[in-house]
Amino acid sequence: MSNYPHIFRYLRPDLADWQGQKIVQAAELHLGLKTGEIRLAQLFSLAEEAQEEQLLAFAEACIQDPLTDQIEINQLSWPAGFASAVAIAQLPGVTDDEGRSAQMAWADFFNLPFEPEEQRIFSQTIYLIEKDLTAEELKALAQRLLGNPLIHHFSYFKAQEGGFDRPFYVPKVQIQANKERQLIDLAPLSDEELLRLSKEMVLALNLAEMQAIRDYYGSEAVQTFRATKGLPAQPTDCELEVLAQTWSEHCKHKEFNALIHYKNLETGEEKDIHSLFKTFIKGATDNVAASLAEKGNDWLVKVFSDNAGVVKATDKHLFVWKVETHNSPSALDPYGGAITGILGNNRDPLGTGVGGAQLLFNTNVLCFGPPNYNKTLLKGQLHPRQIMEGVVSGIEDGGNKSGVPTVNGSIVFDERYSGKPLVYCGTAGIMPYDYLGKNSWEKPIDANDRIIMAGGRVGKDGIHGATFSSIEIDEHSPMSAVQIGSPITQKMLYDFMRVATAQGLIKCSTDNGAGGLSSSVGELAEISGGALVQLEKVPLKYAGLRPWEIFVSESQERMTLVVETEKWPALEKLAQQYEVELSDIGYFTNDGYLDIRYEEEQIALLSMQFLHEGVPQKEMWAEWEKPELQEPELPENLEYNQLLLDLMSSLNICSRESIIRQYDHEVKGKTILKPLMGAKGKAPQDAAVLRFDFSDYQGVAVSNGIIPRYGDIDAYQMSASAFDEAIRQIISVGGRLPNMTENDDIFWSINDNFCVPDSEFHPEHNPDGKLKLAKLVQMCQALYDMASFFDIPLTSGKDSMKNDFKAEGQKISVPPTILYSFTAKMKDVRQTISAEFKMPGDLIYQLGTTYNELGASEFYQLFGELGANVPKVRKEAAKALYLKVMQANEAKLIASSHDLSDGGLAVALAESCFGGDLGANIQLDQLGDLTAWQLLFSESNSRFLVSIAPENQAAFEEIMGDAAFFLGQVSDDQQLTIQLGQEELIQLSNEQLETAWSQTLSL
Amino acid sequence: MVQVLVLTGFGINCEEETAAAYQMAGAQAHIHHFNEVLLEGHDIHQYQLIHFPGGFSFGDDLASGKVMANKIRYKKLPNGNSLLDELKIFLNNGHFIMGICNGFQMLVRLGLLPNTRLSFAQQSSLLPNLSSQYEDRWVYCKVNPGSESPFLKGIDIIPLPVRHGEGRLLFGDDTLKQIVRTKSLNCLSYCLENGDLATEYPANPNGSELSCAGLCDPTGQVFGLMPHPEAFLSLYNHPNWPKMKRQNPQLSEEGWGLKFFKNIVQHIQAN
Repeated sequence: MSNYPHIFRYLRPDLADWQGQKIVQAAELHLGLKTGEIRLAQLFSLAEEAQEEQLLAFAEACIQDPLTDQIEINQLSWPAGFASAVAIAQLPGVTDDEGRSAQMAWADFFNLPFEPEEQRIFSQTIYLIEKDLTAEELKALAQRLLGNPLIHHFSYFKAQEGGFDRPFYVPKVQIQANKERQLIDLAPLSDEELLRLSKEMVLALNLAEMQAIRDYYGSEAVQTFRATKGLPAQPTDCELEVLAQTWSEHCKHKEFNALIHYKNLETGEEKDIHSLFKTFIKGATDNVAASLAEKGNDWLVKVFSDNAGVVKATDKHLFVWKVETHNSPSALDPYGGAITGILGNNRDPLGTGVGGAQLLFNTNVLCFGPPNYNKTLLKGQLHPRQIMEGVVSGIEDGGNKSGVPTVNGSIVFDERYSGKPLVYCGTAGIMPYDYLGKNSWEKPIDANDRIIMAGGRVGKDGIHGATFSSIEIDEHSPMSAVQIGSPITQKMLYDFMRVATAQGLIKCSTDNGAGGLSSSVGELAEISGGALVQLEKVPLKYAGLRPWEIFVSESQERMTLVVETEKWPALEKLAQQYEVELSDIGYFTNDGYLDIRYEEEQIALLSMQFLHEGVPQKEMWAEWEKPELQEPELPENLEYNQLLLDLMSSLNICSRESIIRQYDHEVKGKTILKPLMGAKGKAPQDAAVLRFDFSDYQGVAVSNGIIPRYGDIDAYQMSASAFDEAIRQIISVGGRLPNMTENDDIFWSINDNFCVPDSEFHPEHNPDGKLKLAKLVQMCQALYDMASFFDIPLTSGKDSMKNDFKAEGQKISVPPTILYSFTAKMKDVRQTISAEFKMPGDLIYQLGTTYNELGASEFYQLFGELGANVPKVRKEAAKALYLKVMQANEAKLIASSHDLSDGGLAVALAESCFGGDLGANIQLDQLGDLTAWQLLFSESNSRFLVSIAPENQAAFEEIMGDAAFFLGQVSDDQQLTIQLGQEELIQLSNEQLETAWSQTLSL
Repeated sequence: MVQVLVLTGFGINCEEETAAAYQMAGAQAHIHHFNEVLLEGHDIHQYQLIHFPGGFSFGDDLASGKVMANKIRYKKLPNGNSLLDELKIFLNNGHFIMGICNGFQMLVRLGLLPNTRLSFAQQSSLLPNLSSQYEDRWVYCKVNPGSESPFLKGIDIIPLPVRHGEGRLLFGDDTLKQIVRTKSLNCLSYCLENGDLATEYPANPNGSELSCAGLCDPTGQVFGLMPHPEAFLSLYNHPNWPKMKRQNPQLSEEGWGLKFFKNIVQHIQAN
């Protein structure tokens, strides 16, 4: 492509290349490919002329490590001992941080001033391969293991071709500028043509919505208005795009606001539900708010109306909490999808109210297909293992490089996530109550306030992200929907935001996420009543974007700031110091219009009212029919030792250590209960606990409830069980239920995240759509019942509606999934209870009752059975028990506590034993009249495994009464022994248990 | 009161807990963005200690700490000197420099550590961990009995978290390794719980030569390490604190990592 100057860097040949060796192993494991030795090299290409002396001086000083690297300039010789090579560069316009950092080094080395500018240095990686691989083998290695054709450019080399004399590819963006505004005449289009247009333009609008837009433009009032403004009668491309972004499922939650006709064939009940969101989610929070107010608890500050939910944490601080999903992008490019998911979610707390919250922690909940998936992959489908590895490294870079600890999470494996994984990212922040006397959680905007874009430049990346995530993925999914985040760019923006908000220079702010400026400016303009944007003032990564593309692009690491004119000079100066690019792109108005211009031309003029309220309500149909299910017949003479070992090594129970350790879970020094505790760091915990500050011990506990497989039997109990799981995990680590007394000052802040398959009935394409929608209704009903009963408010959340992967006429749909992400105040983090056993001689109890509830359990799954008796939530009994646990914790009676969930009592016992490096002698007789396997493996809700010091026995038993069942004692022999009557069911050493537990997942 | 400069920006992310550590140790800590020094000439000579915290300056691009080290070496301040020139003056004035994790990586690439010839040329390097992975885990470290570093007084074996992907310390050659050992510049080593040198993963988490976790320079004024003492300011940071507290309810709530900071602050106060 060019003869640009190159710098070639590789590890000294006498040093082992461990990264290369890892690829050798992966190629053999995943592709069955023997590659021989692989070594990596980096290539830096300058997209401009450079003197050779200059280049060499720079390379030696800034690129080469004097101890470990060798470099070559311009002419690259073929290294001896290798037969083939692959060079992998980013595609044009895809984030290339390494290249940008080299460019920064160039400026520093030659003492040039910092100027945000087009990329001039590009990096790529060259993989040198010992064996002479065939073209197909090279391609498989490159595209399945090393890169992704959606974001990478691949060049293949063979030694016999004469080395690297062929020019290297340099991904400089070269596109023609096209500023023209196009008009789209909807008036003459038939219904069929409207739908075709929606599909071709990736608008993701349905017929009613397309008709509403056509009719709006056809109305006399609008025609007259447009004529007086000198505008064409037809909509412009930008107007249609903005309407599509704003009306997208992603932004407007049309299905959660739809009119649903619900029919329960089991009970005969029929009802119309006007908006799931208003009825159940907001409805529950309204109930809770009233109940809190009755007792004078005033910690609920801001719900549903901003980027994140806000509650009062301490006298000085607010707690800001948001969980989102990033499923579709992660299916296409797992690394990029996950990293933009994390960074995008970080910007939600950062852009709540005035903005500038201090980020406290991240959590991640992931749903994948099994890593050993062996079905033939459909076109465009990535292997679940590849998705898992990419997502995990995206989370690693996204969290670690942002300096935000990843403290907690969960991974669920189910074959139905093999098409689309679910990637939930949660971030909490702490914000001062006020900035220089102004309430931090409010978003005041007045006419004439400036619109300032801050952060990264705009390119073609992420165009149509919002509309794209609202449709199912197929083999034609647009490449531009993929983005790669740059954590360091965002970290610099974050550092700047914190200082600028503290100095009162920012009036308020919001995130530029899905829909880009269209969405951020469009939403902020609702507050003032209009906005005027000059698109030519938006800085671009490269020329050639059409005006509408500039407006809807989702290029990452950007915030939109609202700034008073007189504060602009000071803000600009601060931004220079932090090397954050700011651009003044317009101002807010109060004339009721979103007014978009490019130089002199009017690109769009949209009525705010039509934009935000013109979308027609959706109408949908739901029908519940109870599945015919029965309990399985299990073989006689079960081998309990082997069954427990099988459970310990099953995908949904086994150790996540190889993943957890790749995440920084203690940066900032505030993590009190980490994901793995104990002397050997092997004890998994129920929730994470962090303190807010170094000055006192107030803090927060974080837990996740997610059990999609229960939904195969009963969607209501699935949702209720997940809710209960998240509560009991908080109670287990020492949390307290809210609103028990007046002015209790214990906030709870919950995010709900629904991820469901296409639930819109269609006789051919989605014949079971009504059943799927009925499940969604029941999940919402359970949410309402649980939240209202426990006085636990939902404060924010998200729904992701079409999680289906379609290709080659087949469809892989996720099971309806709900994640509850809980946070609850801990008044004193020093009272936290961890899960592992502490001392030999401690007494062990089960709290809560075991029922014959193994439907959809991990135990039945060992036999390939579903069963029928799904665990139910008994709210009243659960609450009574939680109050007792709270009382026991207040008296400091409990030494260890582990909630019972996947795999039941036996799994919890095993984890508490090897986690504490101790054993246990257990007798199950007190637990009631059930079979051994029911007592060991039932997953009944609202139960704990606790241990107490012997001296606390009387006090503990008095509080617990008949809710506690004595099981036995902690021993120092590192053996788990379980008996029922005279029969010894289980006799296993910690080593056996831990080995089974830790060998399934390795990354 | 001892005045400490904690530098931040460009992806550094441990500045807050680091500043908290110095405050708890009795010093006054000031967090400033690198550009306040580099572009605006903020005076570093008003401090007695400069701290380079952990994080991911420039995302570890090109190599960990490398872009930042180059900035310090080449970028001209308003007075025409590089920041490295100023740091040499700072050390000549008898002051102290500490670096943790990414800060340690910068000090090594700048030649401030181990700096056996006091020539400020890079002598050692840090490579990706042998596991090829970023890792967060707690390890034990042992102070070299021959070390007289003022940062390490009274510390013998100490548990600390490591959180890095590029921590494998490499000495250029055997001569250097010999000098480092002779002068006890390898002042902190990964070890087992009983104090034996850690030769294997994961006790040696990255494969460092000499199991080296931290270095000081021959003057004792510069000290850096890969593990994070600033992440162990409180007992409740330790992964086994619930059991430790059960075994000894009177156990101090102070984290053991604070010792490093107290040591140097007291040393500066005393001299």
